[in-house]
Amino acid sequence: MKKTKLYSLHEKLNAKIVDFAGFKMPIHYSSIIKEHKAVRTSVGVFDVSHMGEIFVRGKNALDFIQLITVNDASLLTDGRVQYSAMCYDDGGIVDDLLVYRLSENEFMLVVNASNKDKDFEWMNKNKIDDVELIDESDEYSLLAVQGPKSKSVIEKICDNSLDIEYYHFTSTKIAGIELLISRTGYTGELGYELYFKGNESDARKVWNAVFEAGKEFEIQPVGLGARDSLRLEMGFCLYGNDIDQTTNTLEAGLGWITKLKKPSFLGKEALLKIKENGLRKKLVPIISSEKIFPRNGYEIAADGKIVGRLTSGTVSPILDKAIALGYIEIKFANEGNQISILIRGKEIPAFITKLPFIKN
Amino acid sequence: MNIPENLKYTKDHEWIKVDGNTALIGITDFAQGELGDIVFIDISPDLSELTIGESFGTIEAVKTVSDLYAPVSGKLIELNSKLTDEPQIINTDPYGDGWIIKVEMTDSSQLGELLDSAAYSNLLGQ
Repeated sequence: MKKTKLYSLHEKLNAKIVDFAGFKMPIHYSSIIKEHKAVRTSVGVFDVSHMGEIFVRGKNALDFIQLITVNDASLLTDGRVQYSAMCYDDGGIVDDLLVYRLSENEFMLVVNASNKDKDFEWMNKNKIDDVELIDESDEYSLLAVQGPKSKSVIEKICDNSLDIEYYHFTSTKIAGIELLISRTGYTGELGYELYFKGNESDARKVWNAVFEAGKEFEIQPVGLGARDSLRLEMGFCLYGNDIDQTTNTLEAGLGWITKLKKPSFLGKEALLKIKENGLRKKLVPIISSEKIFPRNGYEIAADGKIVGRLTSGTVSPILDKAIALGYIEIKFANEGNQISILIRGKEIPAFITKLPFIKN
Repeated sequence: MNIPENLKYTKDHEWIKVDGNTALIGITDFAQGELGDIVFIDISPDLSELTIGESFGTIEAVKTVSDLYAPVSGKLIELNSKLTDEPQIINTDPYGDGWIIKVEMTDSSQLGELLDSAAYSNLLGQ
């Protein structure tokens, strides 16, 4: 089991540690609900160093990224980030990822920890000439500083002013450590992600600088538990739950990143056919005011039969309502439709809503 | 880890406090710590009798759902109504205000099967 460079610090903070994607990761420090609310109302910090960083370099770097991802990376300019996905030839999803354009011939792909080795293999299998692929995941630490006060925190310790737009990045220094900072995150809040190299001591320097600057905002360390509930309130997909190799980007509501007009990319033919034939199921947001806790795997019923299955669920700490994502047969997938969730033999009323569950 | 000496325990991390024929039942400090934030307790409104070893409800935490098992057989006397609106009391006071149900025991010899605080502490490897 791998550990991030901040592992001993998490232990010192009494984090509850779980095995996740091959890493010993903090799931919570105090309470998932408290950490969740800290991010929504002030600022919180996640150690997400388990994420993978794969660099694509060379003369044909852009052509390669265009081939393996569904979004149109030719729209990127230096300093911009794009949300995208890689698909298999049958349209099934290899992974969802962020594409950072560092320069014309250099890109950084940020992928899920649980998929990193599989992704790297898939990329190598489809590699073209004049492209170099380097997995630098072990070298990089990644901190996500998220919440309405994140800008105030970062600005205090950043070398330069922080006028970066959403899904843009720049380079700066914090505590003497060089880092790439992007206005990205997985929470729906104003937030930044800090990518940097170095040893345990360097990682602690950045962490400590952020916490020192955040003291006045009661900055909190936040674990994977709240990361999950925060992303779910926004309806962001989680690989392994809401998307995987058996689902495609169109069914998953990721049509907006699937650029079927792009000349060619892996999975395009299959996705075109799926679109042409019409979707059979769709990932929809579901909400219920009943006292229930929806979870991955629970069945969805309508018209007296099983018509779908939940892929993610929680009780929203902000709405205090049950919220979930699930795949449902297309004819039941309309917003406003009444459905039921089956929980331990009981049919619980719920309905299909729209995203995000909460509005900022 | 808080393991009061005046209680009996089960391997399923529940405690039972005996007072004559009646018993209060809850989950241990260890159990609440493992579960994390407790969101609600789901006990069937039809529940009237408990059978030793059988599930009498579930406890929903943010991370997971867990069954509640009857440590003894008995008749239900009372559910802790405070938990309806404030289930997190179980996190903050698992042996006090966080009790879950009160039962009238039908076979007090079953108490012999339960663990004392030392044995429960051993079970937790402490």
